[in-house]
Amino acid sequence: MASVLYSPRDPGLKKRDELEDMLEERRRSSDARHALRCYAPAVYKGLAPREVSALRGAVLQSDALQHVIGQVSAECGERRELVQEEAAHLLDEMAHRLRLGTVRFFAYVLSKVFKTLFRSVRVNEEGVQRLQQAIQDHPVVLLPSHRSYMDFLMMSYILYTYDLALPVIAAGMDFMSMKVVGEMLRMSGAFFIRRSFGGDKLYWAVFSEYVKTMLRTGYAPIEFFLEGTRSRTGKSLTPKTGLLNIVMEPFFKGEVFDIHLVPVSISYDRILEESLYARELLGVPKPKETTSGLLKARQILREDYGVMHVYFGHPVSVRSLAQGRVKRSQYNLVPRHIPQRPCLAAQALVGEAAFRLVRLQEQAMVLRPWTLVATLLLQNPDGMDLPVLEEQAAWLRRLALSFGAFLDWPDCKPCREVVGAGLALHKNLARVSGGRVRLAVAETPGVGQTAEELAFDRAVGVLSCASYRNQILHVFIRPALLSVALRTANSSRKDEVYTCFNFLWTVFSNEFILCPGASVQDFEEACYLLGKCCAVQESQQDIVMSEGGHATLAFLRALLDPFLQGYQVVCQYLCKETEENLRENKFVPAARNFALQLILAGVLTLCYEALSSDLQKNALAALVQLEAVTKVKVGDQVTLKVNRRAASSLEDMLGTF
Amino acid sequence: SSHFFRQDIMKWNGWGYSDSRFLFNKKGQGEFTGKRYRLSGMILPSLKDWFEATFGTSLQHKTPATPTLNVSAVPPPNLVEPFVEELKVAGVAASHDPEGRVFRSHGHCLHEIFALREGRIGRVPDLVVWPNCHNDVVKIVELACKYNVCLMPYGGGTSVSSALECPLEETRSVVSLDTSQMNRILWIDEKNLTVHVEAGIIGQDLERQLNESGYCTGHEPDSMEFSSLGGWVATRASGMKKNIYGNIEDLVVHIKMVTPRGVIEKSCQGPRMSTGPDIHHFIMGSEGTLGVVTEVTMKIRPLPEYQKYGSIVFPNFQQGVSCLREVARQRCAPASIRLMDNEQFQFGHALKPQVSSIFTSFLDGLKKFYITKFKGFEPHHLCVATLLFEGDREKVLQHEKQVYDIAAKFGGLAAGEDNGQRGYMLTFVIAYLRDLGMDYYVIGESFETSVPWDRVLDLCRNVKERIVRECKERGVQFPPFSTCRVTQTYDAGACVYFYFAFNYRGLADPLHVYERVEHEAREEILANGGSLSHHHGVGKLRKEWMREAVSTVGLGMLQSVKEYVDPNNIFGNRNLL
Repeated sequence: MASVLYSPRDPGLKKRDELEDMLEERRRSSDARHALRCYAPAVYKGLAPREVSALRGAVLQSDALQHVIGQVSAECGERRELVQEEAAHLLDEMAHRLRLGTVRFFAYVLSKVFKTLFRSVRVNEEGVQRLQQAIQDHPVVLLPSHRSYMDFLMMSYILYTYDLALPVIAAGMDFMSMKVVGEMLRMSGAFFIRRSFGGDKLYWAVFSEYVKTMLRTGYAPIEFFLEGTRSRTGKSLTPKTGLLNIVMEPFFKGEVFDIHLVPVSISYDRILEESLYARELLGVPKPKETTSGLLKARQILREDYGVMHVYFGHPVSVRSLAQGRVKRSQYNLVPRHIPQRPCLAAQALVGEAAFRLVRLQEQAMVLRPWTLVATLLLQNPDGMDLPVLEEQAAWLRRLALSFGAFLDWPDCKPCREVVGAGLALHKNLARVSGGRVRLAVAETPGVGQTAEELAFDRAVGVLSCASYRNQILHVFIRPALLSVALRTANSSRKDEVYTCFNFLWTVFSNEFILCPGASVQDFEEACYLLGKCCAVQESQQDIVMSEGGHATLAFLRALLDPFLQGYQVVCQYLCKETEENLRENKFVPAARNFALQLILAGVLTLCYEALSSDLQKNALAALVQLEAVTKVKVGDQVTLKVNRRAASSLEDMLGTF
Repeated sequence: SSHFFRQDIMKWNGWGYSDSRFLFNKKGQGEFTGKRYRLSGMILPSLKDWFEATFGTSLQHKTPATPTLNVSAVPPPNLVEPFVEELKVAGVAASHDPEGRVFRSHGHCLHEIFALREGRIGRVPDLVVWPNCHNDVVKIVELACKYNVCLMPYGGGTSVSSALECPLEETRSVVSLDTSQMNRILWIDEKNLTVHVEAGIIGQDLERQLNESGYCTGHEPDSMEFSSLGGWVATRASGMKKNIYGNIEDLVVHIKMVTPRGVIEKSCQGPRMSTGPDIHHFIMGSEGTLGVVTEVTMKIRPLPEYQKYGSIVFPNFQQGVSCLREVARQRCAPASIRLMDNEQFQFGHALKPQVSSIFTSFLDGLKKFYITKFKGFEPHHLCVATLLFEGDREKVLQHEKQVYDIAAKFGGLAAGEDNGQRGYMLTFVIAYLRDLGMDYYVIGESFETSVPWDRVLDLCRNVKERIVRECKERGVQFPPFSTCRVTQTYDAGACVYFYFAFNYRGLADPLHVYERVEHEAREEILANGGSLSHHHGVGKLRKEWMREAVSTVGLGMLQSVKEYVDPNNIFGNRNLL
């Protein structure tokens, strides 16, 4: 079944591919046969696939690793053979051991699981075809968004199904502790990296050489998550550039002609980890990944998770990115196996590319009507009459589309039905009674429940719901920043509005994906979009709200409210904190407690999002960036030095918005 | 008259001798005309298929050249009469005949030949002078300084760096100083094994005359049929057999050059000196910007007792490069060792003449079967190295074994003397092939670089791919012929030669496309650690990269030498700097 997705009316915006349900075929034919079928993917330049053992030898004998082994051995006075052994040990701990048998096993089991979990899994087949071509022409790096553990299982499953070369996936070490599953993941192409290995030269060398060897030889597509970890909030996370640096280096050094980076956007109707995430954000630690824990998760299988969307973006050529920006000849004067710090231009390029790729991921995430409904419900905590909700959802749909959202809202169905379907799927989050819809949060404490527990309970509901609203924030964020700036600026002169905009933009640069240095472009984009939906009028010098723009601007401002409030709470907390040497790891619990007390005291109503550790950390990062807080490292401890005046003036500033 | 001798037997708008050219005969078979080369008069049955398949062309679509030079299109000469008068008084031959001026107005870059074929004539020298000896040159340079005339030295005319193009911005009278009459061997010193030669001598003449005395210089650049000794010095030339004899900088013992400041030369012929920076290195590679090289003392060697060709087939290019690297590591390179990639190997096949006997064709079939079926070489990956050994017989045979043993470690199979010899013969005829291409909408060029060993493979792959990519992006309809070979090995690296050609049907401005692609290919070479040039020189074609290549200070050094030696820019060809 092909479903037409809404291409925005603006022809300037990108046209998107159609999506097909890949499970349909699975529901019709034998899973066993699917798992056992002939699998012969096209490979890079027709090279014969290399054995895992050959790869191991190539890495261990590589000039680059040998060089570092020599260095380490000289530095710590260890015999070279011992260091070599250590390197081999690290590699074995890390390396994948892809085996077709395991892949077939997964193909079988996952067919069953996915059919149970999802109504359909829709994939843009044109994107798959593009990927297939890219894999044959260039080394490929797959960069999926990361919202769930399902992501990489699904990625490999899709590639297997479409007869594409299976990726080798960078996974966190925490999986390895799951005995059986860890090994099985390894045999289906995962390799494991320690979460932190900052100073360990040898580990870094083994790891980077392992990745680069696979890339240079076109061994297999490399897959990793730019965001580094699963986003618990539904918003994209600020990208990490470590691995991206590694995979781009073979191009800079001329070892490959080009490398293609393929952003992949994976979106879910319902995320399996939904309430787990909310609890985690509120400070209930996530359960350690254990095999038995996974088995307990079987109850998950009984629920309906709706539709899953996977959109393979256009490959981004590293060569084109670097064109005219990075002088590759900088590597001419030192043997290429000797580690060399990339020049500033290359560093800047990698950073920029990371943001650009995350934005590409965001833009190709399929948004479901429920995200709009969740947004409206969060703005109306007292609930809404169903017809009003429907009417507003329809309005919001038009707004989102005019901003270029990739919204999957069936054209042929009446709005009532579309909204109803979303409410039905998310009945754990929203309740309909007596024609009124509201968030499914407890009104009064349950038996034996403290006020505190009730507050947390409500917060779980709000944060879960917010994780859906957050999915569409990238569509609205720039116009929303402008809307707030418009109200606060002293005049309607563009430069003054921009000053306000830029302040907000800077404060929230850790909260949302705002490409470094692009505030002017973002401002222009915001002006354009608000102009396009007739919310503002622009002249040479000025920008003013139009007559009919009130509703749009009010809605957009309200989107930012929780964040403005949350950041203020963090500032207040830091100003009131009496501990001189506040340890960094104490910051989140203390800030959370501060916010909780405000909520319990009724000072802070309806702002459960201030309890989110994600928001608190982002706010802290912003404060550090604005030099209201300095991090001081004493031994292993990092303490926070608060500049109270700066923090309090920031709080005042945020209060004016 | 003897002044015009070479000009009379050579093409005015293409490569080499007028009587030697490739053509497709009425039956559509390839043919090489004339009697000068081993391939001359032969039918080449596979050429047409290869040509059509490689370039996507058809013999139906022709782009013939303008048959004769339209003399009226040549701009009238801008002569400084008193200069011409005083030359006459001094007894120096001179002419402003249009054909002679056009002949000396270009080298062999694609754009230069392409324009001539279309009958387009740009700025040409206003006068040609033929000095007979060193003293004639001294007089000419003195007069040029006196009358502020621009001098451009002309040797064999084989430049591929736009070095012979008259600068468009030059408003003075431009005089082409043709050294071809200074072509005598002045003496041979058998005790020191040196020869003193006038710099206008052409490579093949020098070698032939020395051979008659039982000697050789061993300097054999691919252009040696036409290029001159002075040209070699001025561009830092490299010869095919440099592994035994060295490149020009190793061969030269003494140089005499006439500059506007006077004559520069060393006072003795000591084999090595520690007298500050070697002044020869200001001269070698100066590309005619400082003066005219008039006489050179060069090393000579007794003719080798024995020569043997050879060839090796490798399963792929990578193995071939590894083998060459190992040969260089062991410092056992034969006089010449060259590695062609698969495309060139196939191209070599297309130039195989008609087989005369069933037996030979049966043998060929058997060889092919052995290599592809029995040894499992993939016909689209395998590549060939050609070898030339020189020396006394026993040592050659020993040397040969050593090299073939190394090759075997890299999967190489000996593929016979004949293939090797053919490979070297093709070197001389391959330059003629471009003219054939240009008859059928195909334009192309070769260019070279030198690069450290560890980057050879990456550079070859990236440059070839860049060429393909750029052609596609610029609207070239059919994938270009993009191929390379490793032509020299050194301790620390290799010389790589690229050939690149494409079918330009459907392009509005093929030359522009061509130039952009070559430009991007050079950028790619530099980005991959390759040099700006190994032996072709910089000329005007690669000037834009000189600062990057030698640093600002380096460029300043060269500029200050120019400023001292030639403050009025009498040698105004504007090459290099």
